[in-house]
Amino acid sequence: MKRIPKLALTVGLIAAVYGLFVAVFTYILHLPVPASVMKMYMFFVTVVVLLVMTSNEDSARELVAPLEALVYQPRLRRLRAAVFIVAPLAGFGLTYNVTRPTLDAPLELRTVHPAPPNSVKVFGKTYNLLTLENPYRAKEKSDLEAFRQAVEEGKTVYFQNCHYCHGDKLDGKGHFSGGFNNPLPANFTDVGTIAQLQESFLFWRIATGGPGLPNEGAPWASPMPVWSNYLTEDEIWKVILFLYDYTGYAPRVMKEEKGHS
Amino acid sequence: MKPRNTLFTLARRVLAVSLVALIFAVNGGVAFAAEEAAVAPAGETAIAPVGQPAPVLTEESYPLLGGGSSRVKVWIVAQLHLFFAAFVLGVPIFVLVIEGIGMATGDKRYDAMAKEFIKISMVAFSFTATLGGILLFLLAMLYPDFTVYSLKIFRPILIAYALLFFGESLCLYIYYYGWEAMSSGFGKWVHLTVGLLLNAAGMTLMVLSNSWATFMMAPSGVTPDGAFLGDVWAVMHGPLWNPINLHRFIANIAYGGSIVGAYAAYKFLTAKAPEEKAHYDWMGYTANFIAVVGLLPLPFAGYWLTKELYAYSQQMGITLMGGIFAWLFIIQALLIGAIFLGANYYLWLGLVRVPGGEAYRKAIGWMATVLLVCFLVWFTPHTIIMTSSEIKALGGAHHPVLGALGVMSAKNTAVNIMILTTFLAFLLYQRAGKIPKVGWARGGNAALAALFAAGAANIVTLGIYGYYIPANIRIGLSVPQVFTTLFVIAAASLINGVMYRGASETGPTRWGDMPARSQYALFLLAVSFTWLMGLMGYVRSGIRQHWHVYTVFRDYSPDAFTPTLGYAANVVSVTVLIFMAMVIFIFWLDNFSRKKAAHK
Repeated sequence: MKRIPKLALTVGLIAAVYGLFVAVFTYILHLPVPASVMKMYMFFVTVVVLLVMTSNEDSARELVAPLEALVYQPRLRRLRAAVFIVAPLAGFGLTYNVTRPTLDAPLELRTVHPAPPNSVKVFGKTYNLLTLENPYRAKEKSDLEAFRQAVEEGKTVYFQNCHYCHGDKLDGKGHFSGGFNNPLPANFTDVGTIAQLQESFLFWRIATGGPGLPNEGAPWASPMPVWSNYLTEDEIWKVILFLYDYTGYAPRVMKEEKGHS
Repeated sequence: MKPRNTLFTLARRVLAVSLVALIFAVNGGVAFAAEEAAVAPAGETAIAPVGQPAPVLTEESYPLLGGGSSRVKVWIVAQLHLFFAAFVLGVPIFVLVIEGIGMATGDKRYDAMAKEFIKISMVAFSFTATLGGILLFLLAMLYPDFTVYSLKIFRPILIAYALLFFGESLCLYIYYYGWEAMSSGFGKWVHLTVGLLLNAAGMTLMVLSNSWATFMMAPSGVTPDGAFLGDVWAVMHGPLWNPINLHRFIANIAYGGSIVGAYAAYKFLTAKAPEEKAHYDWMGYTANFIAVVGLLPLPFAGYWLTKELYAYSQQMGITLMGGIFAWLFIIQALLIGAIFLGANYYLWLGLVRVPGGEAYRKAIGWMATVLLVCFLVWFTPHTIIMTSSEIKALGGAHHPVLGALGVMSAKNTAVNIMILTTFLAFLLYQRAGKIPKVGWARGGNAALAALFAAGAANIVTLGIYGYYIPANIRIGLSVPQVFTTLFVIAAASLINGVMYRGASETGPTRWGDMPARSQYALFLLAVSFTWLMGLMGYVRSGIRQHWHVYTVFRDYSPDAFTPTLGYAANVVSVTVLIFMAMVIFIFWLDNFSRKKAAHK
């Protein structure tokens, strides 16, 4: 079998990886890779392929030989002229496409994890979020019946107020979720949401809603209501219990993680 | 000089290792042992303060010096000081080890290389001191109230700091200028002891100055309004002190290795004689080895630091990893990936200089594929920048597949596999051109393959399992993943070492027979390390946000805001360029002095 020239192999490999991404993500999964990520992926795919192709002298020489020939060989004069005209034009076209004004909305570099303040003022009181704990959490061990009762009440609060957006399976796919663009209602079953957070964080988020999000990372464009205007403190703690109970996650407890303390 | 007997050699090796262990024990160990000592976090004490509360300032409290931002002036000088400090603290650690190896093996080449390494750090040492002085002047001029507040609290250790600095300088000069005078017999032991003292002084300086930085991030030993409680140990021994100490100790070694690697590359590329090329090729190889050895445990030290940071303040932790600074961690991932790729590429090219190295070339493609896949996972952001049409096509801002790669389960898995792959590349390089004489070589190879496969399978399984459990348990999974990696490295080194003991060689290593691009890989390592330090240094300092001392001493200067990421990246990049220019000057100075000497 005839050996594939190194330059062709290099270009072929890079193209094949790109094709694989498009085939798998766009056509099989129907979840296309966003251009910002694809550019990073393909840049490093190209780098790694080039590193492998130049990892020994023979291979490196074979790779650059056609390029050297293109620059130096008199017999390739016409091809050289064509490349030297087409390549800058291609660069020009690429630059034009990247920089030309479009009617698309500007890109948003949004932070999905708002950092909580140290304290929050709601219900006429100031809560220290570093030390705030769910008053019902201790009942999970001391009085299971009362704990289950609180979870049930939290469930009622959830289905009366939250499920329209966050969904009856807590997966962020409620009736109204299709009306939102960015951010979408949080999916509580995702390991990346409440499973990573302390209950005090949820208390802050629910109590102050979209308007309570910090300036950092703005604009948030979150339509989440300020629930402290509609729910009692007790109801918020109970609905938090329900979120963890339904999803099976345990709230993050920093003291336990410290280990040595 | 040949060692007299095996016992003597062993004793010397044990001593060499002990010297290093002692340095760490003297500095870090004391702190670790006192882990349970009383720490008084802000707001949790009834002890009457002995100091005044932190002052409440106005914009007028901050004198200006010429045009431009005061913060940027301090930022650039502090960062340059830290670049040089990390270098001059890291180099003596491995110089001492290399000198010890030279003494134990009787191979004079190690001794010569150790001396050349320390020589490079001599000019850097004076730059460190000069920049430290400028930093102090700038702080006193531009942030007088903050400087006075800090000095009042840290007063008891300032004298110790000055004396240690004097002691470090003294040890360094004796260590370098006395190298030849104390090159044999008892004198060599004295020389090693001076090297040990040099390291002890340097490391103690580092942990003392670390306590200033960690106090600003996570204050302890003061009241909620910043009044000093009178116990400077409680102030120093804050929740982030030991994580930073360990992280910087390891990072200094890696960083020192990368900079001397760049020096070796510079010398290699400018060398004309083959012997000179061979010498600097060997030096570059050793430096790359040191940098990689330092790099491998660094992510784990980083995890510990971040974990403690989260435990100290959820707000700080989220700002760091999920909030405004999260994108700098993507850049960090790219740079770490570039370091891994550079180090691996250097090892692949190294096969060129080993007769028989061709046999392992086939493995390069596979190792590169594994590295690439892990690298892509490693830097995939959790929050992806998308155009509105892409959001519509996906049905939301969250990418169900790629978004899942943005969490720590995927990252930990990827970095552990990258570390194992890098170690495998090193192992293959070690085996290249050697034929084992033991009868169980085939079985040994099978055991090695099984070890790597089982290790990788365990790491990947733990990573996938992490997606199905809550966060507080998932974080704990990084521990068995790390131990799997370390176990595979230790066990494979042992098996391979025993298997290739007394192996026959297909030919001598052709030192100096390396393509020029391999040396640019060494430059890449040095620049990437420096950039990484600058960016992460900014993150470490920046998460205090509008506080001089987090939550107790507010910053009222016009710069009391978090700059945009692009602006911060520009400042860091300019700082890196200045540092690199200074480093090239040091390299050039060495060539210049040799030219003069040759001329005479």
